[in-house]
Amino acid sequence: MNKNVERLYNGIIKENPTFVLMLGMCPTLAVTSSAMNGLGMGLSTTVVLVLSNMLISAFSKVFPDGVRMPAFIVIVASLVTMVQFIMQAYTPSLSESLGVYIPLIVVNCIILGRAESYASKNPIIPSVFDGIGMGLGFTFGLTCIGLIRELLGAGQIFGFQVLSLSWFTPITIFVMAPGAFLVLSCLVAVMNIVRAKMEAKGKPLAAPSGCLTGDCAGCGHAAICGGKTATETAAETKTE
Amino acid sequence: MKELLLIAIGSAIVNNVVLSQFLGICPFLGVSKKTETAAGMGGAVVFVITISSFVTALIYKFILANEFLMSKGINLTYLQTIVFILVIAALVQFVEMFLKKSMPALYQSLGVYLPLITTNCAVLGVALTNVTKEYGILESVVNGFATALGFMIAIVLMAGLREKIEYNDIPKPFQGTAIVLITAALMSIAFMGFSGMI
Repeated sequence: MNKNVERLYNGIIKENPTFVLMLGMCPTLAVTSSAMNGLGMGLSTTVVLVLSNMLISAFSKVFPDGVRMPAFIVIVASLVTMVQFIMQAYTPSLSESLGVYIPLIVVNCIILGRAESYASKNPIIPSVFDGIGMGLGFTFGLTCIGLIRELLGAGQIFGFQVLSLSWFTPITIFVMAPGAFLVLSCLVAVMNIVRAKMEAKGKPLAAPSGCLTGDCAGCGHAAICGGKTATETAAETKTE
Repeated sequence: MKELLLIAIGSAIVNNVVLSQFLGICPFLGVSKKTETAAGMGGAVVFVITISSFVTALIYKFILANEFLMSKGINLTYLQTIVFILVIAALVQFVEMFLKKSMPALYQSLGVYLPLITTNCAVLGVALTNVTKEYGILESVVNGFATALGFMIAIVLMAGLREKIEYNDIPKPFQGTAIVLITAALMSIAFMGFSGMI
């Protein structure tokens, strides 16, 4: 298979950041109260991810090791600021409803994670495709969760009333904060079953590597914080 | 005074940072296995967010939105995300070094968690919220402290619940993270009850 196509397939299906790797859980929980918000957040993250992968892959050899991480963060933060202003100008209502979560794309583990684990070690073209794949996978995940929550919580899909209110009573809790936790927990449970099934078939899925696993080993910020769990860090300092 | 109190209650309980704004989910799920560790993490977050909201508020008021520069037509506020994230990352490292050197006792109980919160979204989130809501320096510090206190309340409660969940018979697919998320959903419903307070 062509390497670029393989990167797309990898990001959207094989290592889907939402369903398989379980990365970027803060935006996943926060902005999926409607499918439109999920789509908007996913696409803006995709833009940042593609551009940051491109720039980081192009410049990674220029940065000395000591300032590599800060340099990555500055690149990502500049891109996020640009995306934020573009959204404020052209999609003001979306930008209003996503609010503080747009600038928080900076600390999304997917972006620094891909920069660290893929873009900084690979040439530009595959890095760009890796960004597109991961970004679209994330968009797909957010939109799906948004669809479920919007459908159950308001009987709507992308703002259109599909379940008539004459017989359907919206379960409003699903568009509010607790609904995010409920939907995500069901998703985790379903993925646990899928994981066990695939394991039995001899085709194991990639292990989840985000915050949901409870350790930071797979998190993109590991290079900054040392990538150890709290207990490990505590044990280490005590022996010092 | 009344306004400050309203800000504090609003961000500590009513709009709880974890349970209704979804910031800082990573430590909330990752470091909530034992009450003791959770309390340490909570303390470290209170420490860092309070200091960082003070420092970022100072930087915003006197450098980015400097009145003299503004009157000359130079508006630097568009740099806020870049400046805040770098300042926070540097600040956490600095605080860690300072504690390690001069207050070893405090470092043992709080300092060890500091590297884990360098790029916590709650820290940057609070700094940005302070700017969006146009808080002054005192209001920013109060908001930061209260938000972090809300985080501490949530993570300690969660750790207490998780210690009990250990002994329960949970359906296999829900073991681990899924049951923790269900618990978080129930806590979130409980915290919604506070929304009538303000």
